[in-house]
Amino acid sequence: MKKQYASEFVLSSSPHIRNKESVPKIMYWVVGTLMLPVAASIYFFRMNAIRILLISIIFSLLTEFVFLLARKKDTSAVFDGSALITGILLALTLPPGLKSSYVAIGAFVAIALGKQVFGGLGYNIFNPALVGRAFLQAAFPVAMTTWVPPVVQKVVDAKTFATPLGGFKFSHVLAPYKDLLIGNTGGSLGETSAILIIIGGLVLLFKKYIDWRIPVGILTSVFVFEGALWLANSEKFANPLYFLFAGGLLLGAFFMATDMVTSPLTPKGSWIYAIGIGFLVVLIRVFGGLPEGVMYSILIMNSFVPLLNRYTRPKILGEGGKK
Amino acid sequence: MDENKSYLYDFIKGLWKENPVLVQLLGMCPTLAVTNAVENAIAMSVAVVFVLTASAIIISLIRKLIPAQVRIASYIVVIATFVTMADRYLAAFYPAQSKALGPFIPLIVVNCIILGRMEAFASKNGVFRSILDALGMSFGFAIALLLMSSFREILGNGTWLNMRVLGSWWDNWMVMILPPGAFLTLGTIVGVSRFIQTKLKKA
Repeated sequence: MKKQYASEFVLSSSPHIRNKESVPKIMYWVVGTLMLPVAASIYFFRMNAIRILLISIIFSLLTEFVFLLARKKDTSAVFDGSALITGILLALTLPPGLKSSYVAIGAFVAIALGKQVFGGLGYNIFNPALVGRAFLQAAFPVAMTTWVPPVVQKVVDAKTFATPLGGFKFSHVLAPYKDLLIGNTGGSLGETSAILIIIGGLVLLFKKYIDWRIPVGILTSVFVFEGALWLANSEKFANPLYFLFAGGLLLGAFFMATDMVTSPLTPKGSWIYAIGIGFLVVLIRVFGGLPEGVMYSILIMNSFVPLLNRYTRPKILGEGGKK
Repeated sequence: MDENKSYLYDFIKGLWKENPVLVQLLGMCPTLAVTNAVENAIAMSVAVVFVLTASAIIISLIRKLIPAQVRIASYIVVIATFVTMADRYLAAFYPAQSKALGPFIPLIVVNCIILGRMEAFASKNGVFRSILDALGMSFGFAIALLLMSSFREILGNGTWLNMRVLGSWWDNWMVMILPPGAFLTLGTIVGVSRFIQTKLKKA
């Protein structure tokens, strides 16, 4: 009789409900969905895309390994997928014609200064891939804004090519929406194909690996802010839809701003964070010196995350009220 | 504690163990601003060596005359005198350096390293020991500035003291010459020096 009870009732302390999620599982789901923009980049930029992706991934993993070894941590964490994601994301934000040595430097900076100096996964303040890109942008400003046309597009002057946003900002030329959706435009490796990024993002949303408030908040606020400007003067400002599909906004909104470590924990915080990013994107794109501002917007809002977490903390029962 | 009393210790503590830049993190403003080229760092270091040592001599000589209530104002008057001398000298004999350093030479007046040493050391000790302390601290400052500027100039421009050290294959890291490069370099150097310090303590 006693034995039967023992098998029926398990006595244990909380937590009682366990989830099968783990860091590597989530990370590899993100890697899986990233394969869509990766495939697009390989299709449009061929060998250049493969070269940049491989170098970025190898150097990210290598840097992670060296730092884990130096910090006397478990080196199996190299394969938890987070360094792999950083490598892929960094590669996707780089212009296709970038020198291999620059890619390697970027990957090193991303992992070393963006992640490991803060204490590794979970402790970094900024999105590591964007730290790497920001460093490259500051170190090699010319190389980072030299774009080559996609292989499939027949362009006579194949040396340089404007991105959809750059073309609009500096010469007021709009790229066709069809090209923006499919990805047949100039730009960084992973920012060209809007449709594949959206599919990948939706998969992550469906699996609840990313907070829906962040992409929704960013895209809506960009649409609203740019829409207001467009309504005021449709000659001078671009159509808000154009702003959504051109440049790195979708990649940033779905894959970078949603990074679990560097985004807010609370729903209210997430809204503020997302709207802040959207506002800064429009501000930089329309009034700034650069045609694209998604990277800086996300980095700036990353720095507000600890503050947002503190001030949007839900009230404990009984807290507050009359003082 | 015998070590703390020796004259040698007065001098060498500023070089490493109590290095004003790497350990005390004082005088960050000139450290970040002028280390984009080795040439500027040397000019700045020379100015600080002169001002710090000369002020230490004067302050330690008159330390018993200064009323405690107005001591900071008195230090500033003495320091400002020597800074003005250094500033005018640079402007007269090395106009290029003077221009490159801009306001950072006059700003030595409010450099925390100098005020800090006056308050912490020169106003409490005799002339000889104050000179040793001032020399040690200013050499420590110079070492840190040289390290940082070498790092930044080599990576950012491929040169050291305007001599080409990296071949034409080198692509300048623009960022190292710019302000962000100063912060990155300072952080890296302070981090590495802390790492070495803890290793030495354990050994």
